Amino acid sequence: MGYRVVVQEPPFSQQDEYERLRQSALNVGAVVTFCGTVRDINDDDSVTALRLEHYPGMTEKEIQKIIAEAAERWDVIDATVIHRVGDLHPGDEIVFTGVASEHRGDAFEACAFIMDFLKTRATFWKKESTTDGDRWLTTRQNDVEAAESWLNNTGQKKP
Amino acid sequence: MTGCDMAELVFFASIRESLDCERMAYEIEDGMPLSELIAALAAEKGDAWRNELTAENVRVAVNQELVTGNPRLHAGDEIAFFPPVTGG
Repeated sequence: MGYRVVVQEPPFSQQDEYERLRQSALNVGAVVTFCGTVRDINDDDSVTALRLEHYPGMTEKEIQKIIAEAAERWDVIDATVIHRVGDLHPGDEIVFTGVASEHRGDAFEACAFIMDFLKTRATFWKKESTTDGDRWLTTRQNDVEAAESWLNNTGQKKP
Repeated sequence: MTGCDMAELVFFASIRESLDCERMAYEIEDGMPLSELIAALAAEKGDAWRNELTAENVRVAVNQELVTGNPRLHAGDEIAFFPPVTGG
């Protein structure tokens, strides 16, 4: 039920996900998609691999809530979040977020909003393997600030 | 108190690794506050558990909903402990 929210190990097809959103309704006039990938460098260390875990059930529910909150602020005809877990490597696609709206302003803002809250609320945890050993990542202050900035900005559905 | 029953405790990420525990059934008294569960675990399991479960940034979810403060727990609850999230 709800929006298309999937947590999976295998890669996803951005093209398939985009097509699904584009064809979700005939009043779709804008599809904004974001794809996050694994960097080979973080905090000045070389990253060789990344392991992601999540809280099955809670993670998907929280993402549904985040999308629903976006849909209260902006026109969202349909939305998709795909997040990978398991072992990933630099260059791999890790997350896909896509929003279909009538107009681009809503799609751009809703997509950014979903990503900002996915970073701070969805129950995923990353462990990096670096040339200096393995380490669990900690929350970035700028991610927290990005999410908080939406709370002071009520957003508005565009006419 | 209306008697004892089991809750399911689950641990994620760095907390799971530190405690070397992913999931355990644990007897709780119905209506027990979260702080008492943590105190009981710390008393039974030792300092590593006390340190992890009382760390300033530990997050707790009851039945897959994030909680704050000191909620009362009930038989059958799924109580999760985890560090701040780092997805995306």
